[in-house]
Amino acid sequence: MTAQSTDIATYNFAYLDEQTKRMIRRAILKGIAIPGYQVPFASREMPMPYGWGTGGVQVTASIIGPDDVLKVIDQGADDTTNAVSIRAFFRKVANVAVTTETAKASIIQTRHRIPEHPLKAGQVLVYQVPIPEPLRFLEPRETETRKMHALEEYGLMHVKLYEDIARHGRIATTYAYPVKVEGRYVMDPSPTPKFDNPKMHRSPALQLFGAGREKRIYAVPPFTDVVSLDFEDHPFEVQTFDQPCALCAAENVYLDEVILDDHGSHMFVCSDTDHCEKRRADGHRGHFAPETLAPGNMEPAQ
Amino acid sequence: MYVAVKGGEAAIHNAHRLLADRRRGDRSVPALRLDQIVEQLALGVDRVMSEGSLYDRELAALAIVQARGDMIEAIFLVRAYRTTLPRFGYTKAIDTGAMLVERRVSATYKDLPGGQLLGPTFDYTHRLLDPELAAGGDIAEPLRRESEAEAMPRVSAILAREGLIEPDGDMPQDHVPGDITREPLEFPMARDIRLQALSRGDEGFLLALGYSTQRGYARNHPFVGEVRIGEVELEIDVPELPFAVPLGSVRVTECQMVNQFKGSAKAPPQFTRGYGLVFGQNERKAMAMALCDRALRASELGEDVVAAAQDEEFVISHSDNVQATGFVEHLKLPHYVDFQAELDLVRRMRAEYEARENPAKVEEKREAAE
Repeated sequence: MTAQSTDIATYNFAYLDEQTKRMIRRAILKGIAIPGYQVPFASREMPMPYGWGTGGVQVTASIIGPDDVLKVIDQGADDTTNAVSIRAFFRKVANVAVTTETAKASIIQTRHRIPEHPLKAGQVLVYQVPIPEPLRFLEPRETETRKMHALEEYGLMHVKLYEDIARHGRIATTYAYPVKVEGRYVMDPSPTPKFDNPKMHRSPALQLFGAGREKRIYAVPPFTDVVSLDFEDHPFEVQTFDQPCALCAAENVYLDEVILDDHGSHMFVCSDTDHCEKRRADGHRGHFAPETLAPGNMEPAQ
Repeated sequence: MYVAVKGGEAAIHNAHRLLADRRRGDRSVPALRLDQIVEQLALGVDRVMSEGSLYDRELAALAIVQARGDMIEAIFLVRAYRTTLPRFGYTKAIDTGAMLVERRVSATYKDLPGGQLLGPTFDYTHRLLDPELAAGGDIAEPLRRESEAEAMPRVSAILAREGLIEPDGDMPQDHVPGDITREPLEFPMARDIRLQALSRGDEGFLLALGYSTQRGYARNHPFVGEVRIGEVELEIDVPELPFAVPLGSVRVTECQMVNQFKGSAKAPPQFTRGYGLVFGQNERKAMAMALCDRALRASELGEDVVAAAQDEEFVISHSDNVQATGFVEHLKLPHYVDFQAELDLVRRMRAEYEARENPAKVEEKREAAE
């Protein structure tokens, strides 16, 4: 390449130009002012594909400063490929400090999970959102769903939940479980398992949601009511697991199922890898932790 | 022995290194230069500029090489660069009537002022593979004639004189054209916004939708009033100067589709129009765009919305191939947290189902287990 062609294309600090950041910050402020309301914003093309976290990345790029410490997780883990990619992106374009420790991060960008370690005031949790509209699968038209939100017309959602109960005996929604924010807007918590819904309620952290392809930003300010929709006789309940984490013996955390062989043996381990590592460093041992198993004894515990 | 999966960073790094190797291919074959792509794969470059919404041949060529010839990937690269560029201003609307025309054909008139001009077209070529091209033989220089400075008015202007066709339509004096790259899309949308979205829409998607209107899904009786390809001048107003300043020129393809229309409660019988305009040379896209534009005017003209091509939310929400490819391909990303939640639910529901359908067997199993 010649000297001329190496500066054929250059990029601004944190990728987005300053005008764009200002536009996104305005949308975020509006979202904070109206908790749970989906604010349309002029989403940009990002250097990663739509559907791969462009909304979250735009939100993070607009709020991140040189003093921030960034943590990025996907499925609860810091080392899933897309989390690695997004973390590397911010290290490259914004030169910020990154961490895997929940407690040390000032901004946590996430896909599909809320960390197990409780968040504190001053932290910002940025969610990547694929479909921000909780009513979308009941009504595909944006023109209609906006009207329904404006009129607080959420009967359709309750009918859907009721039909679940009539057909299956329970509400058959396990993730992206709809919530009501501050008694007004029904909101999609992004495809987090419903296990994480209670963590959103009156969280001291600021929660921001970015949907790049669908061009929407919404927010839950600190200490805001976030209530999962349910019925008096069918109250909301979260998933429970029959066994603790096989590596760190944690209970009351969300677990991933890991297939061990082609005979269907499996074990359950923490979805939040940072939480699991912390516990193991503190000496907690699950029944399948390397330290528990004698050398040569590779039989999966049941 | 299981330990939490690690090594994503190294895996990504190595994967991209392998990608770079595959992109380059056999090192004994000379690497492609950008000027070769600009000159010899010009229509591919045009498509990337058009759907990438960035008129820069060199960058489009770079994107094509970087994407290994994957056009949607190349379009994506260009878009992701374009979006970071600051806006200095907006040019004045281009005047395609004043185009320096290289090709212009009309299907509605045998001859017309300015004439029919075939230009560099695949039309009427016989699609026989040409071994001489592979051998790299010399290509003869094209024939040229001194151009007569004859005006080439647009067919729509000719028809308009008789009042047979709907006029261009006026925008209110204070109307500021929208910009889909700076404002969020909202439905229903004004036609200027819709045309912008169509112009950067996926060629294949618009082609299929346009085709569907011809096959009866919102048939609208189209004629190609004209297709023209050529250079148009760009001008910009500068606040300190009393006249518009020329910036240069861009090559565009414009299609004016003329559609028979019997009239409705909202509009008199007349010919109506569908409009297509894209960067570079791409008649297929401009024509498909014009068919879709006309179909999408259904409610404006008081027609029933009965087919996909007439449904604005459906067409515009799904026409952008960068959005579409991202969301389709994101299914490759891990979803095991959600899948785990569904696994749990299905297991519970199956257990209940079994207990209901076959209580004896479940009882047996339990006893055996005990």
